[in-house]
Amino acid sequence: MKEFNPNKQGYYGEYGGAFIPEMLYNNVADLQENYLDIIQSDSFKQELEKLLKDYVGRPTPLFYSVNLSKKYNAKIYLKREDLNHTGAHKINNTIGQVLLAKRLGKKRIIAETGAGQHGVATATTCALLNLECTVFMGAHDIERQKPNVERMKMLGATVIAAESGSKTLKDATNEAIREWINNPQETYYVIGSVVGPHPYPDMVAKFQSIISKEIKDQLLEQEGTANPDYVIACVGGGSNAMGAFYHFIDNQHTQLIAVEAAGKGINSGQTAATIALGKQGIIHGSKTYLIQTNDGQIIEPYSISAGLDYPGIGPAHAYLRDTGKIQVGSITDEEAIHAAFELTRIDGIIPALESAHALAYLNKMELKENDIVIVNLSGRGDKDMITYSKYFNHE
Amino acid sequence: MNNRINTLFETKKSNILSIYFTAGYPALEDTMTILKNLDTAGVDLVEIGIPFSDPLADGPVIQNSSEQALRNGMTVAKLFDQLENIRQTVHIPIILMGYLNPVMRYGIEAFIAKCSEIGIDGIILPDLPMDYYLSHFKAPCERYNVKNIMLISNDTSIKRVREIDEQTNGFIYLVSSNGTTGSNKSLETQQDYYKHIQGLELKNPILIGFGVRDKQTYELTNQYSSGAIIGTAFMKHINEQGIDVSSIQSFINSIR
Repeated sequence: MKEFNPNKQGYYGEYGGAFIPEMLYNNVADLQENYLDIIQSDSFKQELEKLLKDYVGRPTPLFYSVNLSKKYNAKIYLKREDLNHTGAHKINNTIGQVLLAKRLGKKRIIAETGAGQHGVATATTCALLNLECTVFMGAHDIERQKPNVERMKMLGATVIAAESGSKTLKDATNEAIREWINNPQETYYVIGSVVGPHPYPDMVAKFQSIISKEIKDQLLEQEGTANPDYVIACVGGGSNAMGAFYHFIDNQHTQLIAVEAAGKGINSGQTAATIALGKQGIIHGSKTYLIQTNDGQIIEPYSISAGLDYPGIGPAHAYLRDTGKIQVGSITDEEAIHAAFELTRIDGIIPALESAHALAYLNKMELKENDIVIVNLSGRGDKDMITYSKYFNHE
Repeated sequence: MNNRINTLFETKKSNILSIYFTAGYPALEDTMTILKNLDTAGVDLVEIGIPFSDPLADGPVIQNSSEQALRNGMTVAKLFDQLENIRQTVHIPIILMGYLNPVMRYGIEAFIAKCSEIGIDGIILPDLPMDYYLSHFKAPCERYNVKNIMLISNDTSIKRVREIDEQTNGFIYLVSSNGTTGSNKSLETQQDYYKHIQGLELKNPILIGFGVRDKQTYELTNQYSSGAIIGTAFMKHINEQGIDVSSIQSFINSIR
């Protein structure tokens, strides 16, 4: 299969690019010129692979769920990204980027975080690789996600509250970019999803693509074919989905399904269904779909899952959707919670609320008995216990 | 083709003072009052900020004014309405400063055409990169004689400064030190960089902005440029002293 790459300017079709203030130009241009040479060098690949294996715990299992398969009358596999160190796929990317930052001679790492998963993964990686780490987090999210804030602090990171705007992920990202503008030379910005100016969407996609690479190998071993019928993943910015889809793009046999968070319903006004409702525009340095007013102001999204409430979508996903290479679905808060409880009870796995959106989509499909379906279980649900127990006690 | 911006720089080679303020702030209908009072107070050039939900290049003071302006109901269309008859009363050059997304939503060509129609002379969009300017903005800007002003910073390579000088025609906005608007970085340490840019003998005049805040920083930057742009310090002043003509005059008098 040929690799899935943007063009030299970082465009996937008409999406992507690098819409950044001049103060960041040099810094980003430097990264654009050097990232491929560095991350594709043998010594980098060896160092990354070793850490992913011995520190993160890769490869993560591809688990054939007998119980889900019975229920949906198809072959259902779960890609267990929840078993990675720190509990989600996010660390695949942070290890890659922090290793890159070291090779670029950077002394200091900054990151944004919503629910705290990317922040924890970045803080963890910085502890391991001995770099100073500052994480920007919306003041509102700091209130909602206390345990992850404590984890980041214990790991030695400085957590800075973003007090601007709606005080959530979008604003944490704005603050991280402002900090970067103020200190472009010594600071490396580790973006947590396939968003931001070129080369971030491509770089993060490449670091996460190990997910689909492993799926292919593991499925071949278990089913005698490397081509599933469906791969399902949730999308906020879209990094776990891009990782799970990467090696199946252009595979005619495999239908890729990106599941957005509908929140309280796509037309409820409280939703994060960015692709369904978005219009073309610019967010955080990239041209893509985003939810916005007719005046071009970015609308704050809503989802019960803090990891999916991003008002934009990675530019590669925008392109794949326009070209029909991915199908986009949406799942409400309620449907996601039900799916999380179902998996917990029948397989003994508590999924993250984000991943529960992908699982819930199984209910919306018309599956045939021999269909092979991969659900990317992007993270574990420990961080969501307060939400789950509220629901549980209410039932 | 010349417009008011070119004429200003042809007739005045130094000590040009440009003031930035956010449209629709403190109250929705204050835009025209502030603009007229700045004109009365004798500023040479005005930059009107179009509020945006996610102003990446701005510090807290301008962010807060943008948020308030949006709460007041400010939009691009509303701003054009407010400025509709501006050229009957105000004759100094006027620039709109904002971010790319609201301009794209309005329609790039429609936006530039509207600027031209009501007598806006230029635009500054900090997140508009050079390649996108060339492919999407340059032709309509030239057709409608609206100047697109590009930023340079001390990280910008000389090659790129020369390219910006070649591709634009108005002035070049030199960012005083790497940072968002209103940062209090010392400008003294940047003098070598200002001198260096001055020595390039560019065809476009230079104005220095971001962090110019008082008489001292204004005079310092003026040694190396045609003048300076003050935004955050002015916004702070109107927050404390109000927008009437005496308040605005006293601010301008404190600068030059």
